[in-house]
Amino acid sequence: MEISDGSVRILAALLEARTGQQLAHARHWRIEAALRPLMAELQAVSMDALISKIVSGENARLSDRAIDALLNHETFFFRDIASFRLLDTQGLERIRVAREATRRLRIWSAGCSTGQEVYTLAMLIADQRERWRGWSIDIVGTDLSAQAIERAREGRYSQFEIQRGLPVVQMLRRFDQIEREWQVSDDLRAMVSFRTHNLLSSPPPGMFDVVLCRNVLLYFSAEVRGLVFGRIASAMPEDGVLMLGAGETVMGHTDHFVSDYECRGLYRKRIHAPLRPPVECAAR
Amino acid sequence: MMKTCLVVDDSKVIRKVARHILETLEFTVTEAGDGQEALDRCRADSPDVVLLDWNMPVMSGIEFLRALGQEALDHRPKVIFCTTENGIAHIRAAIDAGADEYVMKPFDRETLESKFQLVGVA
Ligand SMILES: C[S@@+](CC[C@H](N)C(=O)[O-])C[C@H]1O[C@@H](n2cnc3c(N)ncnc32)[C@H](O)[C@@H]1O
Repeated sequence: MEISDGSVRILAALLEARTGQQLAHARHWRIEAALRPLMAELQAVSMDALISKIVSGENARLSDRAIDALLNHETFFFRDIASFRLLDTQGLERIRVAREATRRLRIWSAGCSTGQEVYTLAMLIADQRERWRGWSIDIVGTDLSAQAIERAREGRYSQFEIQRGLPVVQMLRRFDQIEREWQVSDDLRAMVSFRTHNLLSSPPPGMFDVVLCRNVLLYFSAEVRGLVFGRIASAMPEDGVLMLGAGETVMGHTDHFVSDYECRGLYRKRIHAPLRPPVECAAR
Repeated sequence: MMKTCLVVDDSKVIRKVARHILETLEFTVTEAGDGQEALDRCRADSPDVVLLDWNMPVMSGIEFLRALGQEALDHRPKVIFCTTENGIAHIRAAIDAGADEYVMKPFDRETLESKFQLVGVA
């Protein structure tokens, strides 16, 4: 059941307007595969008929569901583990020293999908009770997808999800097995909160010392990406830390951030005078 | 230098599948059909990592781990054990016996790669 170029263009326009994501890179068969379940459920006679239904506006939730199906929600625990080590030993450490007086730390995971990234952060902190004793710590996960946020809140993962990236020791320590699934512990859940949020809109309230925006901006147009970087920067203090995905960079996309001390994957706001001389990065 | 992985499984088919994945991850692969043979291979080739099946004749995965613990090897390989059961008691037993990581069968390339990263051989 072929999808026509016209329908792809309509979908692409819808997706980009709502999410910033461009569909140009996607092959037609991938689009079809993503939408096939919806097509079957609605008993649409063809892909094009489905697209007409989606854009007709007769069912507002339909376009949300189509968008959700088209977005890539792939994620896993400790994704790019070397980057998380760097975040822990360099980024978080710098903030910890700088915030010694207030002992308040706020972290935002923007585009957190089903929550693995957020629970990874919670584990990093929970593993070091002494280091963070007396601190008030908020970890906020946001995503455009209501479905993903619901799953993140629930914190229940399949065997497949649990074993991707998560060290077995963490699994045994932080998760309870419920039938064939794994439920994240109440300790970790108490450290985190989730809400739906679109990166094209203003950031969630308050300032964030650390922001993770990983594997989200890849398919944004240069223009929208620049806009989003600006919004993120506005939600961060001067010395805040931005962490992108392992293959991503701010270079050439924004003037708001610069590479943080050559540490791959960590960035900070561009300011005029360095706060501190550069330090060597730990080996990856 | 290429890392070496010893695949221990009594099923030839599983060994073949694992070998295929490991080769795409640029490992040199050796194989053993049971725990005893695996122990011999560890003494002879000192692999970087062992992908260990749990239920095998002659010497089971857990017996292998215990025996490996007794060996005076210069270089103890990391051990990732593979299982078809995901019971927590079962997994804990393997970790207590000395396994470094575990992976459920059937596994895919990404999952395996993430486990290798965790044990520091990727
Ligand atoms: C590939 S996942 C990455 C998840 C996680 N950050 C990671 O790196 O593993 C990308 C997520 O970004 C979300 N997303 C895409 N466009 C977004 C937007 N405009 N606002 C908020 N979230 C968005 C998607 O719903 C998806 O869950």
